[in-house]
Amino acid sequence: MHNTNYIIRFVLIMTVIVAFVLSMMYTGLKSVHQTNEAVYNKKAILSAVAAQLGKNISKLSNAEVENIFNTQIEQKVLDMSGNELTPEQIKSATGGVASTADKIDMGKEMKKPEADRLLPLYIFKASDGKVYNIISVRGKGLWDEIWGNVALESDWKTIAGVSFDHKGETPGLGAEIKDNPTWVSQFTGKKIYADDGSFTSVRIIKSGAKDPVHEVDGISGATITANGVDEMLERGLKYYEPYIMKNKKS
Amino acid sequence: MAEVKVAEPKESIFTFGKAERKLVTDPLNDNNPITVQVLGICSALAVTTLLNKAIVMAIAVTFVTAFSNLFTSMLRTGIPKQVRMIVQLVIIATLVTIVELTLKAVNYPIYKELSVFIGLIITNCIVMGRLEAYAMANNPWKSFLDGIGNGLGYGIILIIVAAIRELFGKGSLLDFKIIGPTADYVLNTSEISWLGWYANNNLMVLFPSAMFVIGIVIWVHRAWNKKLVDIS
Repeated sequence: MHNTNYIIRFVLIMTVIVAFVLSMMYTGLKSVHQTNEAVYNKKAILSAVAAQLGKNISKLSNAEVENIFNTQIEQKVLDMSGNELTPEQIKSATGGVASTADKIDMGKEMKKPEADRLLPLYIFKASDGKVYNIISVRGKGLWDEIWGNVALESDWKTIAGVSFDHKGETPGLGAEIKDNPTWVSQFTGKKIYADDGSFTSVRIIKSGAKDPVHEVDGISGATITANGVDEMLERGLKYYEPYIMKNKKS
Repeated sequence: MAEVKVAEPKESIFTFGKAERKLVTDPLNDNNPITVQVLGICSALAVTTLLNKAIVMAIAVTFVTAFSNLFTSMLRTGIPKQVRMIVQLVIIATLVTIVELTLKAVNYPIYKELSVFIGLIITNCIVMGRLEAYAMANNPWKSFLDGIGNGLGYGIILIIVAAIRELFGKGSLLDFKIIGPTADYVLNTSEISWLGWYANNNLMVLFPSAMFVIGIVIWVHRAWNKKLVDIS
């Protein structure tokens, strides 16, 4: 039997050693973690223009992703009334956390009142000279948050590609919004404005799409996730409408 | 006073004889932590939807069981009996955090997919069970081997279950398409590819199927290994 004094000493020394080892490791790896996280988010943005980029996004190295971001992407941040913000304004709006679009935490933005949210916008210049506008949307799926990036062609009307991701949708069902390339590819070529110029979004139809311009098929067995994507697109795309109105060539 | 000089029992620490080999192979079959002892079921249900997740999880658990056994065994004479559980938990939690930080640095996408389940290795009954049952009473080298054996025993069942679930649930193995129609199956099209008659069984990717599959694996294991059948 050990006495109380020994037990207290043993536990204290053990705690100090463990705390030291873990904090060393955490500090040592912190920069790697941050790079990984930034590259992961940037790859999600690039996935929306994967076809135009002509590369397998998941196989890109960290340096290649940074290179594409530095040379082919222009980042902008908008407010809800469609004004471009300067880096100083972005800093003050995020409390000094972000000065460029890729540093904006969409999860945090969702918790703000609607009028105060910041909207990231990425302008991608493809190697053939075409320009694509990538916007970010976020909403709720069945179990947890879902989010995505939508690439619009330079007419601000036609979808050039999308990518979705989720926190905890069911693999094989709701997770198909990320994993199934065929489902995702349905969005390409769809239009978010009707012929008369009114905003329509892209609807996800459970029983099968009938309108070839504004509708895509749902996922069987994942109705609630698909409805979440539908709601996220409609609300998220509408956020950008003031800016689109200012920039759209009629 | 002739017997004062008692010779230390001469034993090389790092032997790998029959007894040591048994420590590693026993948990793979006769004393498997999942199919025989039915421990660690919770994570076996959660991370077996895809084969690559199961493989990463198997490696992570093997690392944790091996090194927590090693460290606990090294400290076993010094650990006060009154707080041994807390000490064991601290050792396990430290190793799990090391695994988590390393995985986050090495493969961020897999880390994102496994999310909380790496952290939940701390509560895996196999790890704690081996510390209490083996590492507290045996030398570090044997405990280390016992940890490797139990980690692999857990991992092999995880991999078998994940292979069955991914093959029949998504028609692929390690994301490589094997059976069933192509990705178009999710749409209302009638796209046909080779072996396209197979419709992916969505039940296989849901949690209940892990229960059925583990149950079937236990049944097959007991039917095949006669030693496991109770004589009484």
